[in-house]
Amino acid sequence: MSEYRRPIPQADDESREFYDGARRHELMLMRCRRCGAWRLPSRPRCPDCWSTDTEWARASGRGTLYSFGIMHQKYPGFEDEVPYNYAVVELEEGPRIVSNIVGVDEAALRVDMPLRAVFDDVSADTTLVRFTSA
Amino acid sequence: MDGRELKARAAISGLGISEMGRVYGHDASHFAAEAIQRAVADAGLRKEDIDGLLVSPGVSMTGQMGGVGLQNYLGLTHLRLLASMNVGGATANVMVQYAALAVIHGMANHVVCVFADAPLREGRGGAAAYSGAARPRPSGMGGLYSAFGVVGVNALYALAARRHMAMYGTTNDHLGAVAVAQRRWAAMNPIAEHRAPLTMEDYHASRWVAEPLHLLDCCLVSNGGVAVIVSRAEEARDLAQPPAYIWGMGQGHPGDMRRRGWDVETETGAPMAKEKAFAMAGIATRDVDVLQAYDCYTYTVVVTLEDYGFCAKGDGGPFAASGALAPGGALPTNTGGGQLSAYYMWGMTPLSEGVIQARGQGGERQAAKRDIVLVTGNGGVLDHHSTLVLSPHPA
Ligand SMILES: [Zn+2]
Repeated sequence: MSEYRRPIPQADDESREFYDGARRHELMLMRCRRCGAWRLPSRPRCPDCWSTDTEWARASGRGTLYSFGIMHQKYPGFEDEVPYNYAVVELEEGPRIVSNIVGVDEAALRVDMPLRAVFDDVSADTTLVRFTSA
Repeated sequence: MDGRELKARAAISGLGISEMGRVYGHDASHFAAEAIQRAVADAGLRKEDIDGLLVSPGVSMTGQMGGVGLQNYLGLTHLRLLASMNVGGATANVMVQYAALAVIHGMANHVVCVFADAPLREGRGGAAAYSGAARPRPSGMGGLYSAFGVVGVNALYALAARRHMAMYGTTNDHLGAVAVAQRRWAAMNPIAEHRAPLTMEDYHASRWVAEPLHLLDCCLVSNGGVAVIVSRAEEARDLAQPPAYIWGMGQGHPGDMRRRGWDVETETGAPMAKEKAFAMAGIATRDVDVLQAYDCYTYTVVVTLEDYGFCAKGDGGPFAASGALAPGGALPTNTGGGQLSAYYMWGMTPLSEGVIQARGQGGERQAAKRDIVLVTGNGGVLDHHSTLVLSPHPA
């Protein structure tokens, strides 16, 4: 088992609930208490109604593959990974999130295929939300 | 007032292109100054005539408040208008639009708009200049991009191209047709960086950068600068060059909420920008004789063709593959080779070639008909769009 060399993100104040949720293996998103719109990234103001009255709520973890790419350029931490897939997943609740797809052959990746979140504990304090075929 | 009263009231009176491409040992200010000096000479103006300066700083022009320090480097001591602007590759057209409004309404007489950049270093690849470095502990939601290896702009345009492929059946053969057509134009442009013939086999053989994008789907990276001067139409008429009259101006910024319903990857701000600009110019898409379409990637040209209505939505790929864009085609497009083959000066690449074509100074590559020249700009990842309609005719 080789050491995990890829960049490990850390929470800031605005994203702490998302990262803490991932550690519990829950996908957390922001939702406007005034108009009900889900959003991501986690900015303090609702872009629809401008309300700052916001809650974090658990998303279903279901979504579809909005688009994906196969990276061939070798960026630091990914030298041994290329080619690797990266993806934008459109969550059932509406927001789109950057991730990657695991457990699916690259040749079988299809735009709009149904996906579900899986949780990968990449370090003692960080869990990444990846997706696999639903 | 709906903008129609602005038609042909301003013109591009001067064009300056610095030494361009793999030119080392200078900073961006040097290239900006070279371009401005050449533009002023081209117009037959003097330094003292310049009373407006708008700067689009590239990625390397960071100091001096993002480029407005150019004023003192060039000793421009009586500017009535000065700003640094950035809406990415849409900026060149946008600068010209604000400059046109300023000269039409008497804020200034001759406004220089300049882009310059010097990201290339000897012995270092072009991608390195633009991708930045992944941080070991990136923070916040933005940290997800680093965590999943989504680094650089190539990765993001690959997502857009993939989505279009899935929705409309666009293929790499379609994208390659754009690269091949533009190389044929570049062969006739003495200042183009890549002029050697390019075949579809060469395109397919070029390495993957981020699938579905090959290396030859991506623009160059260049050191250099381009400047244009915007003047009132009646003044431009008496200057050294044939004016490129500004018939139409528009912008489209639809925003991207990054959720269901916002599909700027495949439906850009171009229709919004086009509507305003074409109404001002009093033209329809079929009236366009020459197209200079922003081409950071081959895909950008494909989606632009659709969003201006040169073909049906989704048919940009087959339209490009029909040969329409190439020399001899029905819609001469990116006639200098564009950012894919000639030089990467963001929105100044299509704009500079648009001015050359409107003037009839394209030499071997001059389009036969040049009454209406359309120049498009695109910033971000298809987030920002700007339109200019140019014509050699004053009305
Ligand atoms: Zn709201």
